[in-house]
Amino acid sequence: MDNLFDVELTMKLLSLDFVLGALLVAAILGLLAGVLGPLIVARNMAFSVHGTSELALTGGAAALLLGWEVGNGALAGAIVAALVLGLLSRRSSDYDSVIGVVLAFGLGMGVLMLWLYKGRASNKFGLLTGQIVGQDFASIALLTGCAVGVFVVLALLYRPLLFASVDADVARARGVPTTGLALVFAVLVGVATALGVRTVGSLLVLALMVTPAAAACRVTASPLRATLLAILFAEVSAVGGIVLSLAPGAPVSAFVTAISFLIYLVCWVISRVRRAAFA
Amino acid sequence: MTVERSTAPPAAPPVPGGAAAVSLTDARLAYGDRVLWDGLDLDVRPGEFLAVLGPNGSGKTSLMRVLLGLQKLSGGTVNVAGEPPGKGNRRIGYIPQQRALDPTLALRGRDLVGLGYDGHRWGLGVRGIRERRRRVDEALAAVGATGFANRPVGLLSGGEQQRLRVAQALVGDPTVLLCDEPLLSLDLAHQRAVSTLIDARRRAADTAVLFVTHEINPVLPLVDRILYLVDGHFRIGLPEEVMTSETLSQLYGADVAVVRVRGQIHVVGAHSDLCEDNPHHHLAEH
Repeated sequence: MDNLFDVELTMKLLSLDFVLGALLVAAILGLLAGVLGPLIVARNMAFSVHGTSELALTGGAAALLLGWEVGNGALAGAIVAALVLGLLSRRSSDYDSVIGVVLAFGLGMGVLMLWLYKGRASNKFGLLTGQIVGQDFASIALLTGCAVGVFVVLALLYRPLLFASVDADVARARGVPTTGLALVFAVLVGVATALGVRTVGSLLVLALMVTPAAAACRVTASPLRATLLAILFAEVSAVGGIVLSLAPGAPVSAFVTAISFLIYLVCWVISRVRRAAFA
Repeated sequence: MTVERSTAPPAAPPVPGGAAAVSLTDARLAYGDRVLWDGLDLDVRPGEFLAVLGPNGSGKTSLMRVLLGLQKLSGGTVNVAGEPPGKGNRRIGYIPQQRALDPTLALRGRDLVGLGYDGHRWGLGVRGIRERRRRVDEALAAVGATGFANRPVGLLSGGEQQRLRVAQALVGDPTVLLCDEPLLSLDLAHQRAVSTLIDARRRAADTAVLFVTHEINPVLPLVDRILYLVDGHFRIGLPEEVMTSETLSQLYGADVAVVRVRGQIHVVGAHSDLCEDNPHHHLAEH
């Protein structure tokens, strides 16, 4: 950690292709997370994002066992998990516990499948912490393609989705198909989560998908401003985390989580001070 | 099945075919064996204020759901604003009961109203953003909510939230306004403020108002007619026709007394939830 602020070394590393690739991946993920985050927070889906990201691991383990590409397995696992969790009504009082139940079972299956796998799983299984520096052109292209898809769908659905997320009863009365939207949104979250799991790892997905948006929602009540701030916070955390990790050669996750947590703390203090001023 | 209809009162003549804002003909709603109402004929004319009364479980909210297109009739026909209720009829405004909103919800009053204007449309709505802003500002001003329009909705009082609800329902310029217990959990001053806003709207724009409530008194001066639902039976008529000991005793199938005190109506001896807010309960405790 001595050379955390070794600017010269950092600059040298920044000129390397694989580092630039990692930064591009982080930037795209930050954008995805920032755009989806405020809706995830409004819909109280933090735990379901966590569940989805863990179940992406199970998908990856299944793919490993079946001889498929691990990343694709993670994508499939996350989408299936998102659909299952999306089908459950988030209004029902047992929503929280059902996620816990599904999550535990899914992870258990993942452990079983890893045990059944005859090869050395640890070599191919970087899903827990991600492999952000190992991204080849194909996976960056896949990430970009999926991200564009998520943005297009989100842009088409944005108004009714926001309506259904913040004011479900009236939205339903106005003819907004709230159940269908919940499912579509769950899939969007599943895709974004799986992409995050492939690159930053399932441990970091929450730090990008939830923390920046939760921080933004602390300091503004405008949905537009909350989205812009969430994007900014997610980018600072993701890109900043990678840049800071370069010189010391430390794990990216530690820096990304630390930066996003710090941003959250600052926003929390700001909201406290403001509320005290109102009262 | 006592399906008795009052003769059409002079204040609310039957509307000639098609002109009614809301019209139900021989409407029936049943879940399995349980009949909520049957043979319901109702025409609400533009600008009329109809209060829908009845104890819990009598089918008041189900009637709202039928008019919103969320629930199909078991029989008969229904028309709202000239067409059968489909999902998302834009000529219907809807005001729900006040519910506590999450204080951390990232949503301002003006966003809530804006969702009433175009929240049901697909896309980002970047093009119509100026017109949207103008309409939302107008709606906010009309209910006196401009002052708190930029504060988070979850931090507003119940009365302020309900003002926003009125603006949210009116910003779409509805011809029919469906209100589902909009005064519930508001104090008297706010009850009066919100019901006055609704009354002003129907007078200014000839909007038909269907107002579901379990408490008639806050809106009694505004009501043209009452639909009283009890356990599969109902009665439609002027307040002075429906709110009598004789009519309600018949509806409830029990001895019910309607007492008028200082222009207010109290129903005594009916379903307990009707006398919930009678002061004598509290006095008895001291």
